[in-house]
Amino acid sequence: MAYTLNVNGQALNADVDGDTPLLWTLRDTLGIVGPKFGCGVAACGACTVHIDGQPMRSCQIPTASVGAAKIATIEGMATHPVGKKVQAAWMELDVAQCGYCQPGQIMSATALLAKTPKPNDAQIEAAMSGNICRCATYVRIRAAIKHASGQKVEV
Amino acid sequence: MTFQATGANRREILTSVTAAGLTLNFALAPKAGAAAAGVGALNAYVRVAPDGIVTIVAKNPEICQGIKTSLPMMIAEELDVDWKNVRIEQADNDPKAYGRQFAGGSMATPLHWDELRKVGAVARLMLIQAAAQAWNCGPGDCTTTPGTVVNTRSGKKRTYGSLALACANIPAPDPKTVVLKDPMDYRIIGKSMPQYDTARIVTGQPLFGIDVRRPGMLYATYVKGPVFGAKVGSADLDAALAVKGVKKAFVVQGDSAAVMPTGGNIGSGLVPGVAVVADTWWAARKGRNKLKVQWAEHPTSTQSSAGFAARAKELAAGPPQRNARNDGDVEAALKGAAKTVEAAYAYPFLAHSPLEPQNCTAEYKDGKLEIWAPTQFPEPGRQLCAKTLGIKPEDITVHMTRCGGGFGRRLGNDYMVEAAWIARETGAPVKLLWSREDDIQHGFFRPGGFHFFRGGVDAAGNLSAWHDHFVSYGEGAGFASSAGMATTEFPSRFVPNYRQDVSVMPLGMPTGPMRAPGSNALAFVHQSFIDELAHAAGADPLAFQIRLLGDKPVVGEAPGAYAAGRMVGVLKAVGEMSGWASRGKLPKGEGMGVACYYSHMGYFAEVAHVAVSPVGEVKVKKVWVAADVGRQIVNPMGAINQVQGSVLEGVSHALHQQITLANGRVEQSNFTDYPLLRIHEAPAVEVKFVITDYPPTGLGEPALPPAIPAVTNAIFAATGKRVRTLPITKDMLKA
Repeated sequence: MAYTLNVNGQALNADVDGDTPLLWTLRDTLGIVGPKFGCGVAACGACTVHIDGQPMRSCQIPTASVGAAKIATIEGMATHPVGKKVQAAWMELDVAQCGYCQPGQIMSATALLAKTPKPNDAQIEAAMSGNICRCATYVRIRAAIKHASGQKVEV
Repeated sequence: MTFQATGANRREILTSVTAAGLTLNFALAPKAGAAAAGVGALNAYVRVAPDGIVTIVAKNPEICQGIKTSLPMMIAEELDVDWKNVRIEQADNDPKAYGRQFAGGSMATPLHWDELRKVGAVARLMLIQAAAQAWNCGPGDCTTTPGTVVNTRSGKKRTYGSLALACANIPAPDPKTVVLKDPMDYRIIGKSMPQYDTARIVTGQPLFGIDVRRPGMLYATYVKGPVFGAKVGSADLDAALAVKGVKKAFVVQGDSAAVMPTGGNIGSGLVPGVAVVADTWWAARKGRNKLKVQWAEHPTSTQSSAGFAARAKELAAGPPQRNARNDGDVEAALKGAAKTVEAAYAYPFLAHSPLEPQNCTAEYKDGKLEIWAPTQFPEPGRQLCAKTLGIKPEDITVHMTRCGGGFGRRLGNDYMVEAAWIARETGAPVKLLWSREDDIQHGFFRPGGFHFFRGGVDAAGNLSAWHDHFVSYGEGAGFASSAGMATTEFPSRFVPNYRQDVSVMPLGMPTGPMRAPGSNALAFVHQSFIDELAHAAGADPLAFQIRLLGDKPVVGEAPGAYAAGRMVGVLKAVGEMSGWASRGKLPKGEGMGVACYYSHMGYFAEVAHVAVSPVGEVKVKKVWVAADVGRQIVNPMGAINQVQGSVLEGVSHALHQQITLANGRVEQSNFTDYPLLRIHEAPAVEVKFVITDYPPTGLGEPALPPAIPAVTNAIFAATGKRVRTLPITKDMLKA
C-alpha cells in the first residue's frame, strides 16, 4: 500500500505493507539509513527517530500508524536548532568509537535538550538509558550533552 | 570437532605476521584509475593533488579503535603535511599492496609504528629529490615545511602539489636510509585528532556494511539450527514463498562441522541453514518466520552450562589430566604457610554482540564475486569464499566497510561466505543481514572456564604458594579457541612454589577471541585470588601487589618477558590518582579495589570505587586507570576513549553478561536477556598514561581485563563478600 510520509520536512512516498516497521521503510524503501537496526525489540535505541518531536524507536512503529506525523531522522538534525548543537558537541568531543549507535544517541539527546535545556546527570541518565553504546562511550555522551547545553564539562 | 593447539588466537596472528614479514610496498605504482588527472601517487599509501590535498590510504579495518585516523597520522607526520589537507581513504582488501590487514590483538600500533612513519618519510624524500632536480641542487640543500619543499640556500619554495607528478621518475629511496623526525618536532602525532569520519557519523551518512546498496539488490535472512551445526532435516518453504515480496527460499546443505574452529580459524566453512530472499529485509524476515524447519538430531544437543559446571567440579576433585608448570614444591609450601586460602572461581560464556548485526553484501556475476563486508580480517574471508564456492581468490574482491563494532567477532567471516553463497544461488546482488537473535545465538563465544585455587602466604606476609587446577574446554593437549592459559600467566614466575594443572572438557560450541582474549577472564580470577591472599596476610592489597612484583625490572625472556618495573610504576600512579591511601574514610557500604594486568604489551593498573546497597545492588562510582603503553600516545583523544570504553566493557561483563547453554542451545536471544551496560550504570573513568621509554603499543584491549577484578575487589572491601563467579548477582551480595 502507498503511504506518504513527512520525513525531515519532505513528503516521501513509500509503497510498503502497513505493518512494516518505520525503520525498514526508511532504510530499505526510502534509502534513509541514518536510523540503525540493532535489536528489533526497542531495547537498544539505535533506530531512534523523532515523531512530532518525541523520541521513538522506529523498529516498533508500523508504517501505517504514522499518518501525517512529522518524522525527523539524524539526516534532518543539521537544520534542527538543537540537533545541530548536539552534533557539533559530538564532533568536538569526538564521542564516537564505532559510531553505529550515535545517530540514535544524538536523536535522544536532542529530544532531551529541546525539552530540558540544562539537564543534570539524573535527567541525562533518565533520557539516555534506552540507548545502548556497545563501545561504552557513555563518559563522553554525558559530557557532550552537557557541553551542548553550555554546562561545564569534564571528560 | 577440531581444537587448536594453543589458546590464544592473537598469538597466532602475531606469529604469522612476524613469519611473513610486514609487506610494505614503498614504491608501488598507483592503482589504475585511482588517480585523477594531475594527481601524483608516491606509493601505495600516498597521493598528492595539484592543490596540495594529500590522500592517505588507511590499510586496516576500522572497528571502533580509531585506526582509520591514527595510522594515517603516522604517515602524515613524516610526510610533513598539514592534517587539515589530509583526506583518508579506506583500503580494499589488498594484501599485495598492504600486507596483512586485520584488526586484532591491539597489534596495529606496534606493527606499523616504524613502518608507516617510514612510508611518509620516503615519500617526503622523493618530493625533496624532485625539487632538487628542478633546482639543480643536492637534496641536502632542501628541507620541508608542511606541504612545501624549501631550498635552504636560495629560499625558493615548491609545493608538494607541484612536485608530485615528477616523483614518478624518482626511484623510491631505501626505507632503511631515511631519518625519522625527532619526536620533539611532531605536529600531528601526539596531538588529539578527532576521528576522520566523525562528521559523517554524527550526520548519519552511509558508512557501515548494513548501509551498502547495490542496483537491483535483494535482502536475505539465513536461519541456522539452534544446536550448533545441526543439519536441515526437512524444510517446508511454501508458506515463506507465499509472503509478499519473497523471491526465493532454499536450503543450504553446508558443512555441519564448519561451525567449529579449525586450525585456529574461526568461521571455517558454510554452516547448514535455510535462506529467504526478498525485495526488502522485512519481507525476508516475515518469510523466515513462516518457515517450518525440522533440524536433524545433533550429537551436542544435550550439552548445558549446568552440566559443564558439575563436570568441572568432578574433574577438580580428581587428579588433573596434565601438569602445565611446576616450580618449587607447592605442597610443602602450603604446609609451611602461615595462612592458606582455597577458592573456586568461574566465568561464563560471552557473546561479542557488536551493535551492528552481522551482515554482508555480495554480487556474483560472470564467475566473479564482489563483496562489501564489515570484517576484521578480510583475506581469510576471501579465501573462505573461494574455497566454499570453488572460485579463484583472484576473482573475488572484498571491500571493507566501517564496522559497527568488532570486538573479535568479525575475525570470523561466516556471514561473508553465507552472503556469497546466497548471492550466487539467487543470481542477484544480495544483502544478508542477521537478526540480533541470530547474532547472540551464533557467535564465536568467549569461552567460560573454572579455576580451583589454593594459595598460601608465609609468616613474613609473602605469597609463597600458588596452585591452580584450571578446568577449561578442549580435547587432549589442545584448548578450544581462546580457552587456554599461558604457563607464564602472572603470578607464575613471581611465586617460588607455583603449580598449574589443567583438565579439559570437550565442547560442541564455537568459541573464539573476544576483546582481550584469555585475559578478559584470567585477570578476574588471578587478580581476585591475589586480593584474597593479600587480605589473608592482613596486607594493603596495593602494597601486596608491589611487593609481589619484586625488585627485578624484567622477569623472564621475550616473548614472555614481564616488565615488572613498569607494572610497579602504574600501580604507584593509580594509587596516587585514586587517593588509595585514604580509602579508609569511605562510608559504610563503599569500598575501593585495585587490580593490575599485563596484556597486549600494555601495563595497566586500575582502582574502582563501588557502593553496595543492603539489597545487594552494585553502583560503580568511579574507576581510575594508570596505563603504560610506551613512549608515545599517537592520538590522545582516541586513546582515552579506548581506555574508557574498555573499562566500561569490563564493568558490563562484571555486572551483567552471560551466555548459558541448555539442551545444546543458547538460552539468551536479545538485549532483554543479554543486557549490556547502560549510561546510568557507567562511572566516570579517569585515565593517566605513564610514559616510559618503550616503543608504543596498542590500546584496543589491555584496559579491559583489570577493570573486572578492580570492581570485584572493591565489592569485597565494601561488603566483605568475595565475588568468585561472574556475572555478579544481587543474591551474592545481599546483607
